[in-house]
Amino acid sequence: MQEMMKKKAIELLQSGEVARVLGWKKGEFDYDITPAVFESAEEIENEFIYNSLCSPNLSKYLVKESRKEGKTLIFLKPCDSYSLSQLITEHRVIRENVYAVGIECYGKTDADTIKEKGIKGITKITENDGVLNIETLYGTEKIPVYEVLRERCVNCKSKKHPVYDELIGEEGETVDDCERFDEVAKIEAMTPEERFAFFRNELSRCIRCNACRNVCPACTCEKCVFDNDASGIAQKAASDSFEENMFHIIRAFHVAGRCTDCGECSRVCPQNIPLHLLNRKFIKDINELYGNYQAGENIGNRSPLTDYTQSDAEPNIVYERGGKDNA
Amino acid sequence: MQMVNKEFKPKIVAFCCNWCSYAGADLAGTNRLQYPAEVKIIRVPCSCRVNPMFILRAFQRGADGVIICGCHPGDCHYTTGNYYARRRMTLLFSMLDFLGIEKERTRLEWVSAAEGQKFASTMNDFVKTVTELGENKRLEDLRCKK
Repeated sequence: MQEMMKKKAIELLQSGEVARVLGWKKGEFDYDITPAVFESAEEIENEFIYNSLCSPNLSKYLVKESRKEGKTLIFLKPCDSYSLSQLITEHRVIRENVYAVGIECYGKTDADTIKEKGIKGITKITENDGVLNIETLYGTEKIPVYEVLRERCVNCKSKKHPVYDELIGEEGETVDDCERFDEVAKIEAMTPEERFAFFRNELSRCIRCNACRNVCPACTCEKCVFDNDASGIAQKAASDSFEENMFHIIRAFHVAGRCTDCGECSRVCPQNIPLHLLNRKFIKDINELYGNYQAGENIGNRSPLTDYTQSDAEPNIVYERGGKDNA
Repeated sequence: MQMVNKEFKPKIVAFCCNWCSYAGADLAGTNRLQYPAEVKIIRVPCSCRVNPMFILRAFQRGADGVIICGCHPGDCHYTTGNYYARRRMTLLFSMLDFLGIEKERTRLEWVSAAEGQKFASTMNDFVKTVTELGENKRLEDLRCKK
């Protein structure tokens, strides 16, 4: 796979079809893969990496890259393709300047997920034929990738690419029976007190690093409401439980109806807050109240929040359903 | 021994749309209908002017309950504003509930300019509900408390 992608990238770069390539390269550590822009064949030959650790979603970089001169080649996993499709719908990416190559994906993993399996002191991870070879301070371990998939990949929603110019590998299908809302449903079934305690526990860890906002392919405003120093919620210095609630409600609300559920927010969170739960709650509500909707599925789809029907449910519906004590 | 009046008086913020609910509040006034003085009305051009941030901000600054009043669906001065408000507020209320914040503290009601009676009864009812819930503890900002 990696060799095919390298070959494609070098071919397109040398023919002058594209001016730069968006891909992945080794970060500070071998297992710490980071997005990168390549502009020459040598760079690609030496640094380009694609394996099961290539989680980062590259789509958001196109907001800037597609405004530069020449075309940008981007490699898209199905998740990233949904994000790109949504960005094109919102006119945030100039489609003509993008050469999108879809790549098949069987799920990704990352160092955090591997560490959760109790593997400590990781020094190096290599991959061979779907099996990770993990070198640690205490010896080498071999684990198949499918055993350490990230949560979002276990509950993969689709292996289809809504937007691409060319495909490497096979086109997949949407996964209809994915269980991504199970966790949300579990929390909904708690009492309000339990839910409050659960989210205080999770959200109070927030250090307001804004990584979730910066990585989110749906958060592309030039000026963000949270960059307002006078808002009182611009940083963690004035720590208060309110500010965390406020930040996370508003962050999730601003992407409601546009979130493609790529799970990047939870991946980058240094405090491991399950931020995707908030986004999925909105998606679940939208699906239940306004009909099934998957952001980014088709270019030009109208978001449920910029649409309405005369027979929409009244907000009272919220009072009539939910946790145990509402019966 | 001196008696201290410790009765809890909630602070209620009511966002009223200029064209229907604000006029409805006016009508309640001219008809001398009683509704609690705890309700502070903020006039907005349309119910869909109410940003979810406004609601959270009101809670931050010490409100115990927030109610949004707009024209009945189909009667919006701007034709469709309240339909959007309805979707937004449904999702927001649902999210507040998801985070374990008492959902009774927020409400959306349709009050037309001719419904002074409904305005008064809605406010009476809402203030009663919030009084029973007590002080807003789950969405408070200690920095804003005196």
